[in-house]
Amino acid sequence: MNITDYTAVELARKIKAGEIKVIEAVDAVLEQIEALEDSYHSYVTVDAEGARKAALEVQEKIDQGILTGPLAGVPIAVKDNICTSGLKTTCSSKILYNFVPPYDADVVDRLKAEGMVIVGKTNMDEFAMGSTTETSAFGETKNPWNPDHVPGGSSGGSCSAVAAQEAICALGSDTGGSIRQPSSFCGVTGIKPTYGTISRYGLIAYGSSLDQIGPIAKDVTDCAVMLSVLAGHDPKDSTSVQREDYDFASALVDDVKGMRIGMPRGYYGEGLDPEVKQAIFAAAEQLKAKGAVVEEFDLGLVDYAIPAYYVIASAEASSNLARFDGVKYGYRTEEYEGLHNMYKKTRSEGFGPEVKRRIMLGSFVLSSGYYDAYYLKALRTKALIKKEFDKAFERYDMILAPAAPTTAPRLGESLKNPLQMYLGDIYTISVNLAGLPGISVPCGVDSKGLPIGMQLIGDCFQEKKLIQAAYSFEQTRPYVKCPGAVIER
Amino acid sequence: MKEYETVIGLEVHVELATKTKIFCSCSTEFGGAPNTHTCPVCTGMPGSLPVLNKKVVEYAIAVGLATNCEITRNGKFDRKNYFYPDNPQNYQISQLYLPICRNGHVDIETEKGKKSIGIHEIHMEEDAGKLIHDDWMDCSLVDFNRSGVPLIEIVSEPDMRSADEVIAYLEKLRMVIQYLGASDCKLQEGSMRADVNLSVREVGSEKFGTRTEMKNLNSFRAISRAIEGERNRQIDLLESGEPVIQETRRWDDNKEYSYAMRSKEDAQDYRYFPEPDLVPVVISEEWLESIRAQQPEFRDAKMERYRQEYGIPDYDIEILTEYKKMADLFEETIALGKKPKEVSNWLMVETMRLLKENNQTPQDLTFSPEHLAGVITLVEEGKINRNTAKEVFEEVFYHDVDPVSYVEEKGLGMVSDDGELRSVIEEIVKNNPQSVEDYHNGKKKAVGFLVGQTMKAMKGKADPAKVNVILQEFLG
Amino acid sequence: MANIISDETIEYVGILAKLELSEDEKEKAKKDMADMLDYIDQLNNLDTSDVEPMSHVFPVQNVFREDVVTNGNQREDLLANAPSEHEGQFVVPKTVE
Repeated sequence: MNITDYTAVELARKIKAGEIKVIEAVDAVLEQIEALEDSYHSYVTVDAEGARKAALEVQEKIDQGILTGPLAGVPIAVKDNICTSGLKTTCSSKILYNFVPPYDADVVDRLKAEGMVIVGKTNMDEFAMGSTTETSAFGETKNPWNPDHVPGGSSGGSCSAVAAQEAICALGSDTGGSIRQPSSFCGVTGIKPTYGTISRYGLIAYGSSLDQIGPIAKDVTDCAVMLSVLAGHDPKDSTSVQREDYDFASALVDDVKGMRIGMPRGYYGEGLDPEVKQAIFAAAEQLKAKGAVVEEFDLGLVDYAIPAYYVIASAEASSNLARFDGVKYGYRTEEYEGLHNMYKKTRSEGFGPEVKRRIMLGSFVLSSGYYDAYYLKALRTKALIKKEFDKAFERYDMILAPAAPTTAPRLGESLKNPLQMYLGDIYTISVNLAGLPGISVPCGVDSKGLPIGMQLIGDCFQEKKLIQAAYSFEQTRPYVKCPGAVIER
Repeated sequence: MKEYETVIGLEVHVELATKTKIFCSCSTEFGGAPNTHTCPVCTGMPGSLPVLNKKVVEYAIAVGLATNCEITRNGKFDRKNYFYPDNPQNYQISQLYLPICRNGHVDIETEKGKKSIGIHEIHMEEDAGKLIHDDWMDCSLVDFNRSGVPLIEIVSEPDMRSADEVIAYLEKLRMVIQYLGASDCKLQEGSMRADVNLSVREVGSEKFGTRTEMKNLNSFRAISRAIEGERNRQIDLLESGEPVIQETRRWDDNKEYSYAMRSKEDAQDYRYFPEPDLVPVVISEEWLESIRAQQPEFRDAKMERYRQEYGIPDYDIEILTEYKKMADLFEETIALGKKPKEVSNWLMVETMRLLKENNQTPQDLTFSPEHLAGVITLVEEGKINRNTAKEVFEEVFYHDVDPVSYVEEKGLGMVSDDGELRSVIEEIVKNNPQSVEDYHNGKKKAVGFLVGQTMKAMKGKADPAKVNVILQEFLG
Repeated sequence: MANIISDETIEYVGILAKLELSEDEKEKAKKDMADMLDYIDQLNNLDTSDVEPMSHVFPVQNVFREDVVTNGNQREDLLANAPSEHEGQFVVPKTVE
């Protein structure tokens, strides 16, 4: 077994026992990167030097008994929209091509305090806008299961890095499915926690009311343990929530007896790939066999989530991305005449087409005369969608859904028709609108050899139920290593 | 020519006197080197988030209560989107939909008696940074030290009809707000800024004319002149059959003219939407009551009380109560056992003289009531004479020195040894026979000369009353 | 109902968003925006007349800071990324004529 085959929790245990040195773990990961990065391009920035230096410092603290956490010494990859002090953070955009944050995001503080070692910053859709990681200004990421396919997005780099073992685990962010969908495409596990669980301080905002950071790893155990490390109230984030219980690992129990799981009929109709459907239904059978009560039900307003989402997310994005103007950081156009020309040229050259599309849409829906018709309408729709979920959770502990309608599409297919691409977010988007937690767990492989993921959606603050069900399911289907992660040593 | 009426509404921005900015823990102090009072939040760094300063809410509520507003119990912040380099995020966090205060009024005195000026709303927002224009480099330089300093914007109803009313209204606001300690409200320094919305209409007309908004008015004088200038400009337009265009204009006080601030790039479409990074502000009855309970005694009540308690002239009361700082000093010094009239004199005469000399207002006073009381005590006890006292007071005024130790150190205390004084007086009487003779011949004024000579010889350190008594002895 | 985005609208939104689109991009933006708005218009099928707009999902309220200065001078760090800097300030094209 190679070092990079271990899960984060296993690896940390070996490190704690002195069987593996932190530097060996880091070097093993760097070796994977060295061998595979040309094929997959999971990273925007690899920080080999910083990681090796941190490895030695962490090792010392582990040896001294200062660092005793369950993930101390584990190499981790961080999505490139999460600020890392002294380490370039680009959002995969030309407009931030050289931005080196002077501060760490709150999550980065937390994982450093745990003794985790950042190996690099992962590729993503530019400013997290996209579902394929093809909108990155620095080139697309490829799916390690089949490099002709996309890894999904926007946290495609993080998911492909975990699948290809270019990282032991990773941080992603999820505004409309950006952790769950690529996790599903790459055959890894990812959690989008309840809004407010993980601080957004230092996460470069896309849609502030929807964004959440979350863990991506090989299995549910890693994700649960990571969530405990990452979550916590942060006074720097006004939307951060003080929760009573952060011990997510205690939910790692193989027991779903009596759990009520609902499957929304509307999620399994037209547009869903039959192989994906079959895999999810098979998973439902597994859960039933273990004692869960699984039934179909009608979840209302499914079709309204995507239009409401694109109004809200684009509106917030148009404002959040206004600060990228060539004045304080990042790219500034070479030649310009006067202030407004500088703004326009900088932004037009610095942003890619998908980002511009959403900024234009967002500016339009907020503009004079359209605010009520579009933006307020979307916020009202959001209230109704939340109510539909509230009703569902009166009857069910969780909802079982696909993470995406298909397995990973081929490179270059999705961007041809933006609206079509947006429709692929149907199962993930409403979760962000309602602030709910969701977990994506591998549940099969299709006939093309591409992974299929299933999604469990819980009521607010019910991550533990999701973790317990996902963990139980995982016992029936252990982690399948991505064939593309194998290198010659 | 037709007769026209001027209709004026004001948007007044007031910088609140908090220690930190509205959304981050940076200092609001003036005068730091550029960008030394900044952090990721107030420079709009990616990933930074705002957290609301509680004190800002409390000041805003206090001002709202003092101006008879309804307090919005469930308030929110909104983003106002526009690009400008002094606005680091290219949006300003402000309040549009649910401002913290609404529907208030203040009363002003006009020629025709009391008038109530409606307050449409008061909202909280963040200030912008400062732009310095560098002609040499042909560029502008951005300093974010002021970025994020808390402001309240007080929006009046269009209830004012003249420059005098506008100034009375501003004076009233300034009075109330500085009494609350919520701001020092200095127009010149920009801690109070007024934008004037002005339209004209024919006398008798019910309909408002098209208004313009004038900015860059940083003194009462500029405001008066701008109102006059804009009124005339609009009347000229109407008289020549041209329309008034709704626009923002910048007043140039040197040229006495306003200029349109139009630009193709100024769409004036701020795309307000609820700030997703901040949560609602919910004001409980309890919180409101505790702020209400802390409201100070305002000027009118104070004046009335002074009349009854201290028996000092109305003129004194006017001046003493114009600034709370002055009134506080007055009351605190009296509380130390000093006579109201005596304290009042020091404040009205010497203090005001020194403030005037230094181009300051009573808000700039730095000395403590203990030290003013100390000067008064030294005089009362005959340890220094009035002239020396003025000199000592200047030290108190400028450096807040302890007058007792100062007098001791500098040896300014009066000579209480009669022996020394007697021998000096004896000498002076001997050396000025002419004056002595004049005195005996009925020129009583000659005593004044002898007293002066004695004081001179004593270098001022003698009690003139005592000198007089001893002189009379010698003169028989 | 099909939305049609005019040249003026794209021009206007470009001014608001500070984006300058080439002629090709403009044509594409017109089409993309019209398509999206057509799609978004299905929200009109939903009766939301008595629904309050929901901006925050949770009833979190009154999150405050105390008024205490804790930030020191971070100027060097904050200016380190500036495309143009002069004597501790960010340099921009002149904002006045």
